[in-house]
Amino acid sequence: MSRPPQRTALPWKSIAVLLGLAGLTSLSAMAQARHGGTLNWAVNPVPSSLVPLTTTAGGNTEIGPKVVEGLLTYDWNLAPKPQLATAWAVSKDGLQYTFTLRKGVKWHDGKDFTSADVAYSIQTLKQVHPRGRGSFANVTEVKTPDAHTAVVVLSKPSPFLLTALSAAESPIVPKNLYDGTDVNTNKYNSAPVGTGPFVFKEWVQGSHVLLERNPNYWDKPKPYLDKIVVRFITDGVARAAGLESGSIDLGSGSSGIPLSDVERFKKLPGIEIDTRISPYVGNHQQVYFNLDTPALKNIEVRRAISQAIDANAYNNTVWYGFGKLSATPIGAHSRYHDASVQRIAFNPKAAEAALDAAGFKKDASGTRLKLRVLYNPFVERRSADFIRQSLGRIGIDAAVETYDFATYVKKAYTDREWDITAESLTNIFDPSVGVQRIFWSKNFKIGLPFSNAPHYSNPEVDRLLEAAAVEVDEPKRRQLFFDFQKAVAADIPSIEFGANPNITVVAKKVRDYAPTGEHIRGTFADLYFATP
Amino acid sequence: MTTLSRVGHTLQRTAWQAVPTVLGVVVLNFFLLQLVPGDAADVIAAESGSATAETMAQLRTHFGLDLPLLDRLLAYLNNLAHFHLGTSPRHNQPVLDLIGGRLGSTLLLMVTALGMALAVGVLLGTIMATWVGQWQDRVLSVLALLLYSTPGFWLGLMAIVLFSVKLGWLPTGGNLTIGAGLTGWALVKDAARHLVLPALAMAGFFVAIFSRLTRAAMLEVSHQDFVRTATAKGLSPAAITLRHVLRNALIPVTTVAGMHFGTLLGGAIVVESVFSWPGLGRLALESVLARDYSVLLGILLLSSLLVIVANMLVDLLHAWLDPRIQVR
Repeated sequence: MSRPPQRTALPWKSIAVLLGLAGLTSLSAMAQARHGGTLNWAVNPVPSSLVPLTTTAGGNTEIGPKVVEGLLTYDWNLAPKPQLATAWAVSKDGLQYTFTLRKGVKWHDGKDFTSADVAYSIQTLKQVHPRGRGSFANVTEVKTPDAHTAVVVLSKPSPFLLTALSAAESPIVPKNLYDGTDVNTNKYNSAPVGTGPFVFKEWVQGSHVLLERNPNYWDKPKPYLDKIVVRFITDGVARAAGLESGSIDLGSGSSGIPLSDVERFKKLPGIEIDTRISPYVGNHQQVYFNLDTPALKNIEVRRAISQAIDANAYNNTVWYGFGKLSATPIGAHSRYHDASVQRIAFNPKAAEAALDAAGFKKDASGTRLKLRVLYNPFVERRSADFIRQSLGRIGIDAAVETYDFATYVKKAYTDREWDITAESLTNIFDPSVGVQRIFWSKNFKIGLPFSNAPHYSNPEVDRLLEAAAVEVDEPKRRQLFFDFQKAVAADIPSIEFGANPNITVVAKKVRDYAPTGEHIRGTFADLYFATP
Repeated sequence: MTTLSRVGHTLQRTAWQAVPTVLGVVVLNFFLLQLVPGDAADVIAAESGSATAETMAQLRTHFGLDLPLLDRLLAYLNNLAHFHLGTSPRHNQPVLDLIGGRLGSTLLLMVTALGMALAVGVLLGTIMATWVGQWQDRVLSVLALLLYSTPGFWLGLMAIVLFSVKLGWLPTGGNLTIGAGLTGWALVKDAARHLVLPALAMAGFFVAIFSRLTRAAMLEVSHQDFVRTATAKGLSPAAITLRHVLRNALIPVTTVAGMHFGTLLGGAIVVESVFSWPGLGRLALESVLARDYSVLLGILLLSSLLVIVANMLVDLLHAWLDPRIQVR
């Protein structure tokens, strides 16, 4: 009798071991896929320094945060998250901010990061930063009870202070490299030393900046990239060509592609289009009336001009539909935006009737009024053309004047030789910082760029803005801004368009480049290349 | 006249002409730049997006803009006399360093473009003159007209679209592959690949000029008596064309080439912007927009010196090409 054939049992143990091994290898393969690579990133315009300490112009607010970090980072609702500070507490009266600093952080030159650096940085920002003077105006001192605690003491509350601590806005610089030197001419502005995920390697003027991975970064195992090459490409078409051919992996906003190319780029394989707008920057474009021009002193004339401009058509034509309209100076992304304020409806017939009633009748050639239209070169020319055509339909001859940036700034803010200007004054991270500067009568200063352009003066608005700047109770502050928006809407010193588009073109292999609310102005520590 | 004394004479005459020319260029441009509205402090303050009256006053002092006009001019000339071009307040670097870092790339681009333009232009012109009136001449004349009328930046952009984006043969911009760490022969090849398109874009216009000029000059020379003698002597057509006709035709061509050296430098601004070439042209444009006068004056000074040197070299070349031309 032969033995019954033994049913071969499945070798469960071996299978288990094999599966386990397979799992481990795939996991490590995934982890390996994340590390490595060189990012080619286009930035425009060329900055004059790499740390946004004494100036925030050009690409230094984009490049700086990769090397020099801030105390906090922010999510898409601008709620603070830890970066160099791990915990923070604000006193009830809003006069003391206590920051617990991260331990074990080293500067790129090997020295330890301590509270002395934080104290020095905040005091320096207060003196030299274009907005630091305002943001930290109420700071009287920064106490450093120990190496990992910093206490900021204020004379009056600054409710927006906690939002001002991003790497792009308030970089923390090493005290021992800056103390005792002239901050404006310090060579570390062009060769920064920071705590960030990338170390500055070289800046070949006119060509590129090379950043390398920081092996001692506090947030191990990040960063994932080996190198970042920042290329300065000033021509929009050349950037589009670079992005399309794959020699550039990333380009955002004014460092990206012209709006007319977006539809074409959406169809390209290997490229993604990101239309998110950073709430920290608060893109915003608008048109201001020069309230010193005799014709524009009449509110009915301003109302008529507002009625002649179709905002929806503007968004579709000038912004290719990618913008986000807002009827008020505070953009729709902000928690202080008052959605109940209505835009003046598009009504050219009513506009013409109003101009007739105001005494501006059509002459023989059909012109009622001649106005000079200026526009900030960072606003597209099409914007000014749209305004000219809209006003032409109701009989206003709006002559567009084109200037380069320096000439525009002088004509608009020093000589004030304009009637209407299309501007690009962003909300920045808080209305007290970005919006107050325009509507506060005390900020009308000849020769000061981006101040009170319309020469608007309303004592009630002044009161609301000044109260909101020091109000620590959040619901009360919100109500003050709501009242402000209603008051400004009634006076018509401006026509607010809203957030202009910010198109980011990114290669599909680039992942996680903008996880925070600072968008492209984050640290790139999370950025990795996915293997195809 | 021996070669050495010819060279010496040329150098002496050039030096005498160079100093007042350069001085004139600097002073004239200094005053021209004052007429431009807005100054460096306006630009920095505006770029920051916010400023206060105090920061602007600080900036003006830092830039030396609060001094009277003549004081600033005299200070600049004084620096020049000590061979010091000043410091750029915007970049916080000596102007000489800024310019020195970019001079090499611009010169490389210009010399390559000029060389290409001369080589191709003379070749086309010779072909046109040899087959004058026939289809080769007609076709090349139309080509020359097209190259003459097409703007350099359009030519450059179309070249990028075709060769870089569609075909992927050549890079889209820059002068080297950054971060690749190439050395030796690989580096030379990489630089050459990046040089092709910008040089072509710059050379296009001048190819048209040189080809038409060569054609006209050769046609004129070919009617001379000595050419008839050479034909009668039984020299081959190739020898006549190249050794006799072309060599004489090159005199007007090289004169024009020397004169156009300055135009080439101006055209560099456009080509460098399109191809993100890190050169002086872009630096000059950025300096104008940023009202950074020290850098701009430095570049203008250097350009005038370069043009003078180029013309001096052309003088020497003429003396070599045609010994009948005396250096006075």
